[in-house]
Amino acid sequence: MTLREIAKRLELTLRTSEQKLDAEVSGGYASDLLSCVMAKARKGNVWVTLQSHLNIVAVAELLQLAAIIVTEGMAVDEPTLQKANEVGIPILTTPATTFTVVGRLTQMGIAGADEPGGSWDKMTGQ
Amino acid sequence: MTVTHTPADEVKAQGNSILEVTKLQELVYELKIEQVMTKKVVTVSPDDPISQLKEVLRVNRISGAPVLKDGELVGIISIEDVLKALELGAISASVSEKMTTNVQTLFADENVIQAVTKFGRLGFGRLPVVDREGRLVGILTQGDIARGLLRQLEMDYREEEIHRYRASHIFEDIASDQTGLILRYQVQARNFARCGEAASKLKRALERLGAKPTEVRRVAVVSYEAETNLVIHTTKGGELLAEIQPEKIRIIAVDHGPGIADVEKALQPGFSTAPDWIRELGFGAGMGLSNIKACSDQMVFDSKVGVGTRLEVIIRL
Repeated sequence: MTLREIAKRLELTLRTSEQKLDAEVSGGYASDLLSCVMAKARKGNVWVTLQSHLNIVAVAELLQLAAIIVTEGMAVDEPTLQKANEVGIPILTTPATTFTVVGRLTQMGIAGADEPGGSWDKMTGQ
Repeated sequence: MTVTHTPADEVKAQGNSILEVTKLQELVYELKIEQVMTKKVVTVSPDDPISQLKEVLRVNRISGAPVLKDGELVGIISIEDVLKALELGAISASVSEKMTTNVQTLFADENVIQAVTKFGRLGFGRLPVVDREGRLVGILTQGDIARGLLRQLEMDYREEEIHRYRASHIFEDIASDQTGLILRYQVQARNFARCGEAASKLKRALERLGAKPTEVRRVAVVSYEAETNLVIHTTKGGELLAEIQPEKIRIIAVDHGPGIADVEKALQPGFSTAPDWIRELGFGAGMGLSNIKACSDQMVFDSKVGVGTRLEVIIRL
């Protein structure tokens, strides 16, 4: 499933430029602790979080994540969006809670990185 | 203390079709029409009979031709015009009677995108190409565009391959008893806006050198966590150093204070001394050193209060 489809079905607001929306999403991960994201999220995953400051972009860029979904209507400031556009990490926002977003992603078949058949499995062969 | 363990962290390399689309779009704007057009143009004279034109088209296996009079472009005629003439039994009519006189042309120095737009708008099979003085210099079909784009893509691809090959074989090309590439990054304390920059630059350098995605990920995690520690915990910042060798990467993070009182405790997952405001940003989960350990083949961690902290990690390639 592509990011564009996810954004449409979850009615997410795209806050960055129209780039990388047609990339295939490999799975998902949710956490507000950056170190946990560094440890668990996998390339091509969507990351669902409450965090909205500049450092989420650095984390997503290092891991080559597909996108960041910022929940509960948290405000994303301009420097964060600017940096995200620069390095090509789409940021989408929603008033919904992380729980709701993850639930709906699961319904759509986006697997958690550590689920059987999820991107963790596929990428580590574990 | 030294920790040894075996990480198995495979990341599958994925193709990125988005990039290729962008590349193609880029080319359409970059390439000039003269680079993709057919330069050897078969032309006919307005006085030629349709019967002769038919032979010219057949012999050259083309479906149309510009009409030149004294070197000047006066019209264009296609196989459709020939068929219409045949239908009317007008095979001995002259080209000038059946040709299209209001000729749409392209300029040789225009970008291919102009041609794409014009083809789309007019629906013609071919368009004559002229220079700025109006002289016919070539002819362009949609097939020419496709071929030109493919040719350019292949050339770019080959250049990229050569480039990559050279970068990834740098160590083999340089003869020494021990070759290493040292990258140093200064990390400022409390500068969260720039946190991750050093790790990101190091990651890009490794990709340029042709490192495998698994290795790149491990280095990215280690350097990001080490950099974050320098930002959060040090009094005056520190230095992140990466020494890239053919068989391993050594990452060293050094600072000059404040130092850690209980190193064992600091290594426990979940233990953190970060203040609340930093934790609210999602840092200070107490997982940094565990993450580093999980991604390294060897880790040496030393600290002394009032002196500083030194972390050394080895990742074997």
